[in-house]
Amino acid sequence: MVLSAADKTNVKGVFAKIGGQADEYGADALERMFTTYPATKTYFPHFDLGKGSAQVKGHGKKVAGALVEAVNHIDDLAGALSKLSDLHAQKLRVDPVNFKLLGQCFLVTVATRNPGLLTPEVHASLDKFLCAVGTVLTAKYR
Amino acid sequence: MVHWSAEEKQLISGVWAKVSVEECGAEALARLLIVYPWTQRFFSDFGNLSSPTAIVGNPKVRAHGKKVLTSFGEAIENLDNLKGTYSRLSELHCDKLHVDPENFRLLGDMCPIVLAAHFTKDFTPACQATWQKLVGLVAHALARKYH
Repeated sequence: MVLSAADKTNVKGVFAKIGGQADEYGADALERMFTTYPATKTYFPHFDLGKGSAQVKGHGKKVAGALVEAVNHIDDLAGALSKLSDLHAQKLRVDPVNFKLLGQCFLVTVATRNPGLLTPEVHASLDKFLCAVGTVLTAKYR
Repeated sequence: MVHWSAEEKQLISGVWAKVSVEECGAEALARLLIVYPWTQRFFSDFGNLSSPTAIVGNPKVRAHGKKVLTSFGEAIENLDNLKGTYSRLSELHCDKLHVDPENFRLLGDMCPIVLAAHFTKDFTPACQATWQKLVGLVAHALARKYH
């Protein structure tokens, strides 16, 4: 799966529109993921996962920051996410299936907060991008 | 036996009452064909699927989307017997249509996104969770008679 020039333009457009609210989008996506897919909570036994949790907000900011970084280096996702890829392979070892779940929730977050932005074409590009990020993050698992 | 809480039933019926089955069905199916283009393999007789614009405007896509979501309506009337509701359709999709059940999950995933864009902030995490549960169970019911 390859990101076309149009995909890259679409993804950059989404994140330009989200702008400074990326942190909120990250936190919202995480909250949705924990609610919709409760098994994902097993990776956060040390977190308070209640509504408005500062820890979830903080982690949402981290996740959003990584996505923004990836978008800013969209021509070299493997390079941009290399350290995170190591971290996930060696320490976090989040099962690969979970990246799709977070991706789904991120799409829902964008749809609820910016419905006009998520046209079918942009939806396709963003889905591809999120898949590509997940692939990079799990690339060194074995 | 699937358990539905009173809250979940309310979140389903509340949303469903405000949904245009035709619009949502058309949109969900169009998005499936655009986001996962390999799903077009089942619709070679639908005419022009050559671009997102063509897909969105394709009358056969709209009609089929409406058909699919109408069957959802039947499921919602029979939340405690999804197996029975989808038994015949499950056999059809296996024996005649030869559709990989993974496609039901893919189409199911389109539904919360379509609903999210429609209901925005009202599509709360609890609402999303309930609908994701429903589409997952529908996909499961549709796959049940496969052999």
